[in-house]
Amino acid sequence: MPILALEGVTRAVPIPDAEPLHILRGVDLVVDAGEHVSIVGRSGSGKSTLLNILGLLDEPTSGTILFDDVPVRRMSAADRDRRRGREVGFIFQQFNLLPGRTAAENVATPLLYAEPKRFWRRRRLALEMLDRVGLADRADWLPSRLSGGEQQRVAIARALVREPRVILADEPTGALDVDTGQAVMRLLDGVARDSRAALVTITHDPAIAALADHRHRLDGGVLHPDRAGVVAR
Amino acid sequence: MRAFTAAYSTLVEAWSEFRVYRARVLMSIVGVAVAIMALTAIAAISAVAQQGVVEGLERGQGRPAMLNISAPYSQDGRPLTTEGAFTEAVRDGLARYEVRYWSRQGYAQPVIQGLPADANLGGQLVDPDYAVMFRTRLASGSWFTEHDADRLVPAVVVNEGLWRLLGSPDLRTHPMLHLTSPASVDAVIIGVAAGGDEHFAQLWMLFDAYRALEPPGEPSPDAGSTQYLAWVPPAVSAELTERLAADLSRVVGDGAQVQVNRQDYQSVSGPDPLLFLKIVGGAAAGLILLLGALGLLNISMVTVRSRIREIGIRRSFGATAGRVFAGVMMESVVATTVAGVAGVMVAILALENPLVIGFLHRQGLQDVPAFPLSAAGFGMLVAVGVGALAGLLPAIVAVRVRPIDAIRY
Repeated sequence: MPILALEGVTRAVPIPDAEPLHILRGVDLVVDAGEHVSIVGRSGSGKSTLLNILGLLDEPTSGTILFDDVPVRRMSAADRDRRRGREVGFIFQQFNLLPGRTAAENVATPLLYAEPKRFWRRRRLALEMLDRVGLADRADWLPSRLSGGEQQRVAIARALVREPRVILADEPTGALDVDTGQAVMRLLDGVARDSRAALVTITHDPAIAALADHRHRLDGGVLHPDRAGVVAR
Repeated sequence: MRAFTAAYSTLVEAWSEFRVYRARVLMSIVGVAVAIMALTAIAAISAVAQQGVVEGLERGQGRPAMLNISAPYSQDGRPLTTEGAFTEAVRDGLARYEVRYWSRQGYAQPVIQGLPADANLGGQLVDPDYAVMFRTRLASGSWFTEHDADRLVPAVVVNEGLWRLLGSPDLRTHPMLHLTSPASVDAVIIGVAAGGDEHFAQLWMLFDAYRALEPPGEPSPDAGSTQYLAWVPPAVSAELTERLAADLSRVVGDGAQVQVNRQDYQSVSGPDPLLFLKIVGGAAAGLILLLGALGLLNISMVTVRSRIREIGIRRSFGATAGRVFAGVMMESVVATTVAGVAGVMVAILALENPLVIGFLHRQGLQDVPAFPLSAAGFGMLVAVGVGALAGLLPAIVAVRVRPIDAIRY
């Protein structure tokens, strides 16, 4: 059973005194448990919008999103928020670490919204996660002292600390140099596979996209399979 | 457990915000603390000012409830009883109701040897309780006690005006003055009451001591020239008024109607004499509070705008709109509550220290009011309220922003 499924999803934004801007046009996509999906596309092609819809941060103009076969439209806003916190981990291009908090505090932040069992163990869980991304010795460092690659590894630890079933990565290597980007991507891919989490990566870097099991190309708001074997329909 | 964890985690989040943005939070705390301090201090100062006005009124009219008992007259103006008989009747009547403080008040024109001819000397004849009942302030020396009535040399209390006319004698030397009326007799000055000047010289003597000086054989003075005053609890004053009038009328007999009336400021209907002070104090406090609240709201709005991105990131981790709303509100309420506590504490320390209290006593205030608990409670209530109101707008802004827009902010 797929975790996430998009059926005929469109997204349009109204433009004053003009025709609506169609960002996504009839997107169909299935994300199964544990698989790695990449979506490539040029800037402005609607990649981030698609990722935000997948992460329940944004709503489609039309079409259906199924999360565990349950239409997202039927969920209340609070249910969507809670499911997002529980099932989805986000990794952003600009890391988006909270300033003024140490690496461990950043990783523990999602656990503030978790069930009591995890909340009360948040520090230990955060340290374990940092250890998994090789930053155990940076636990009490502030983000401003960390390199770009280290910051993204903290962000990966933060995205995974609640053991989500889906990881959504928006240009995870966009702010890193090539070598660091590849190292981070290998780490992300490995940690996701170890956690049996599905990984959806949005990128404009073909080399990063090539790491995925299934590759898609978003062009003008339309999602195409990038090559044979892709599960787009 | 889940609810407790949710509440505790919101606190953890708010504490984390405080740590990171402590300069901004402290700034808002200081602003509100100053406003709350001003609010409570003004309430306390207003209470002191009101007490000053009240004490002034009580010096003139007596402390509430002050009952004035008039001796009865016949329709043709003839007194229906003697002073001595009516005094006994009043004494017995008040004792029946366990009224602790009472005094006669009579006026006399004593003459002091050696006083300038233009000295406008007045004499008041009273009983020892009079000073308590009318808040008579002594500049030095002491007031009368029951034992002073037995002195062979009568005791007198003079006001500062008369004291200066007499050459400002040192009371430790037991200075004497010589009365030539109602009798040629020496009297010892035991106390100097505050107030008065050379044109308003006054002397107090115990009622019975003065009457004893009056020439023997003269007809007993009628009771009509004397006022009988009783200080009773306000709560029972109405009932006591009726009962005393009935009891005394019955004792005097012959169909006499003894009049008993309240004479203190609280018995006067009409505008509240303290209304002006209350309005001015309230307006000043309200204005200060408004400025403090606007400052806090301003800081809160700016803060939320600068935190929009962070709020979006938290939403992506699963923070619900309710959680974000509670977090922003709690931050504001906790900050203003802390500010309120600080403000109230500073106000109490500022107004309840011995220097200030000593100063107020020197200014003539007898009973410096304790720091009004109502002001402290009101200050705290307002602090929490201001926090909630000032937090409401930013909290709404924080909730209304779409997570996706917030992350890109």
